[in-house]
Amino acid sequence: MKKFDMRKLEENFFKILMIGSCVIVTGSLALILWSILRRGLPAMSLDMVSSVPKGGFYMGGEGGILNAIVGSLLLASGASVLAFLLSLPVSIGLNVYLRRGSRLASFARFSLDVLNGVPSIVYGAFGFALMLFFGLKASLLAGIITVALLILPIMCRAMDEVFQMVPKDMMDVSHSLGATRLQAALSVLTRQALPGITTAILISFGRGIGDAASVLFTAGYSDNLPSSVLSPVASLPLAIFFQLGTPVPEVQDRAYASALILTTMILLLSIGARVASRKLSRNIIK
Amino acid sequence: MPEGRLIADKMAKCLTVFLVGAAGVVLFLIGIGLLVKAEPILGAKSLGDLLFSSNWRPFRGEFGFFPFIMGTAWVTAVAVVLAVPFSVLTALYLSEYAHRRIRAVAAPMVDLLAGIPSVVFGIWGVLAVVPMVRSLAMDVFGIPCTGYSVLTAGIVLALMVCPIVIHVTLEVLRAVPNDVRDVSLALGATKWQTTKLVVLRKALPGIGAAVIMGVSRAFGETMAVLMVAGNVVRAPDSLFSPAYPLPALIANNYGEMLSIPMYDAALMLAALMLFVVVVVFNAAAKLVLQHLAKGVQ
Repeated sequence: MKKFDMRKLEENFFKILMIGSCVIVTGSLALILWSILRRGLPAMSLDMVSSVPKGGFYMGGEGGILNAIVGSLLLASGASVLAFLLSLPVSIGLNVYLRRGSRLASFARFSLDVLNGVPSIVYGAFGFALMLFFGLKASLLAGIITVALLILPIMCRAMDEVFQMVPKDMMDVSHSLGATRLQAALSVLTRQALPGITTAILISFGRGIGDAASVLFTAGYSDNLPSSVLSPVASLPLAIFFQLGTPVPEVQDRAYASALILTTMILLLSIGARVASRKLSRNIIK
Repeated sequence: MPEGRLIADKMAKCLTVFLVGAAGVVLFLIGIGLLVKAEPILGAKSLGDLLFSSNWRPFRGEFGFFPFIMGTAWVTAVAVVLAVPFSVLTALYLSEYAHRRIRAVAAPMVDLLAGIPSVVFGIWGVLAVVPMVRSLAMDVFGIPCTGYSVLTAGIVLALMVCPIVIHVTLEVLRAVPNDVRDVSLALGATKWQTTKLVVLRKALPGIGAAVIMGVSRAFGETMAVLMVAGNVVRAPDSLFSPAYPLPALIANNYGEMLSIPMYDAALMLAALMLFVVVVVFNAAAKLVLQHLAKGVQ
């Protein structure tokens, strides 16, 4: 009888411990969002999102962070397009042309997985070295290339996972109807995997837009909108970082507002990825 | 007569297989690129000097990385010690105890939070954690402290690491077959006994891998740490002393690195150190997870 009580006691003790940590973890993460919202919302204005920094912006002057918003969007979209152009053929190669259990395929998957964990500051340093090697200056182009490298492993592996989920029978059916592997890959596999591909792109885009350490050396910073791919470009995370670093309280408040903008964009992207994948899955054959 | 579509197929095969190979090689390219850039300093100084000397005077050509390595080690250790128990308990709760509906809401939430950029964590650290740590140090322990310290960086990093560890642990727990749980429960074990003695034991290597992935994330995290760690070039000796981790060193000094001889090589060496440690950690974690996945099939 005593033993049973001990077991029950232990059960309840750990249950409370588990619920407690669940509450603490989700609570503190919610707290982060809440404090950004509370500090950022009062400093938010139409000017913030619709104009570039004017004279004395970093001392509390007029202006907004349109340069950073546009810059981040350009960096992330350029990088996503570039990474997609590489990820699609790689995923097709991994799943269509290479046999199951091929050495090359497992080597590439392993290497991409390891690459996925490499910190973005290392990409930043490597991108900087690459930039000097090709004689480029800190610019939109150099930033796009670095961010593309950063999100390549995420996108490749996410798309690869989706392709693996497509039933092999479907490919067999298209082959038996006389389609080549390329035709089957492009018109059956990619169409069937479309919801997953969309999710993969949106997630990578979100990662690209939020990353600061990789663009710190490579994209530069500018108060103006970029005029070409070779001009330096601002980005949201760096705008937040620089604004918070000033001693002026109004500018610091704008950093919170900028953080709110960035967080909102990223949360919308993540939610959009989920909704898109659900909506698009209606069109695939199950 | 070879048809156009057959030629297209052949060409596509060559191109995609080549790109698969190229994607696999990127990892090594980055490693080699960093090594080449760090070579000047590796050739001029002994590795022992670089790693264990505390003299950091770039203007005089003295590059001792010890304070930065210790800064990284302290901050990472604090983050992991804080994050792992909470993450594992949370994952256990969500996977073994929580109602299906709670899990359906909580698991995507955690993934959503994994996407919050590090700058936002950093800003929250400055806003909330720095004052908290300062008053903790001053009022409770009576230690002078600015609030920008090892503990602050550790707390911020711990929260960044949690979603990753929870995500991977949840996947590992999902891979534990339900049959083993049923057998244990049928033999009269309580839910917690089953969790502790059967599920946890079976999932332990996978949880280990999850922790290693969390460690390597904390190890290379830059912006958030840069904002709250204090950045003083001295090896930290307590939780309340400031730290200057390797990633913060790189990020803070990129501007002047071309004007001082050897400085760029030194910073590339810092990046190479991060790269090597993270690659080794991640490769180990991946091997464990792959091994486990094979066991399930």
